[in-house]
Amino acid sequence: MKRPLIYTLAFLVFLSLNLQTSNAAEVIELKIKDHKFDPEIVKVPAGKKIKLKVINLDPTPEEFESYDLNREKIIGGNKTGIVFIGPLKPGKYGFFGEFNPETAQGVVIAE
Amino acid sequence: MLGSFVIVFREVLEAAIIIGVVLAATKGVPKRNQFIGAGVAVGILLSVVLAFFTDNITDSLEGMGQEVLNAAIMLSAAALIGWAVVWFKVHAKEVIAKAKDVGKKVSEGISPLHMLTIVVGLSVLREGAETVLFLYGIAANPTVSVASIFSGGVFGLIAGTIVGFLIYLGLIQFSTKHFFVITSWLLTFLAAGMAAQAAKFLSAVDKLPALVETMWDSSWLLAEDGVIGQFLHILVGYSAKPSGIMVLFYVATLCIIIGFMKLEAGRKQWKKS
Repeated sequence: MKRPLIYTLAFLVFLSLNLQTSNAAEVIELKIKDHKFDPEIVKVPAGKKIKLKVINLDPTPEEFESYDLNREKIIGGNKTGIVFIGPLKPGKYGFFGEFNPETAQGVVIAE
Repeated sequence: MLGSFVIVFREVLEAAIIIGVVLAATKGVPKRNQFIGAGVAVGILLSVVLAFFTDNITDSLEGMGQEVLNAAIMLSAAALIGWAVVWFKVHAKEVIAKAKDVGKKVSEGISPLHMLTIVVGLSVLREGAETVLFLYGIAANPTVSVASIFSGGVFGLIAGTIVGFLIYLGLIQFSTKHFFVITSWLLTFLAAGMAAQAAKFLSAVDKLPALVETMWDSSWLLAEDGVIGQFLHILVGYSAKPSGIMVLFYVATLCIIIGFMKLEAGRKQWKKS
């Protein structure tokens, strides 16, 4: 009965060895201030990997979340977090701040 | 109050659904309540600690600490659930035949109960830490009264717990024969969903390629942020716009667990003859 675990662990080790590291990605800044994103419309080039630098200028934590981009990341008060997105097909991808969804709404437009 | 209700409910729901399924799957196992109760308690305690260290974790591993930790938690939970499901499959007949003997077996050594207790602890830890951070965030807002945050949080906790309890009650209605099949499948899908979440976190820090950014878009049919979408997201890992790597992890987990179930069941058959 120990076998499944051993195989699973071996699989995970195999996976971790295969982790790929990023190629140079374009950096785009996104600020959070007063529980709002700035800018609320983030234009990015389609087909490219983007490094989204989310800068939280509020003293309280926020969670950057997007169902369209499959991302969620907590960014502490007065902290900066990195979220990799793309390469994206042209289109609109909504995102929001899960801790303040009434005000923190935004969209990534890939073109 | 509504804000704190919604978020606490959502976080509690995620842990409560997992606890509900685990409680059903371990029905009749001696000391089950003590174990799962301890899992919840330790999870809550550690979640406060985890919330406190969030910034340190986020800054660790070149800013990837949070995603790597989340992925590690999800993958461990998926592996533990997988192991428990395989154990159930191998011992299912004995469990049905003589529940008392199995009770003895389960309490000796490492058993699915131990595995699933850790799973419960891990899910409470993850959801609890987010809840603490969120409550801290709104508590720092001077325009919101502490009483309204508190009442929203308490209602959220109660509502989430009720849903978890209803799932438990629903599951234990099934006859013993179907019961094992149903809980095993539920646990298998739960594990697959967790593995897909882990893949999501690892591709967010560019440690795994997304493969395909959006495999399909079923948000027109069932939005992920709706009530049913959220529910299915937690229970079976539903995603309206999954990436390729998420689908791959999901399917791979299903195949691994089902493969081991067949393998172990086959080996047991072979030993007997």
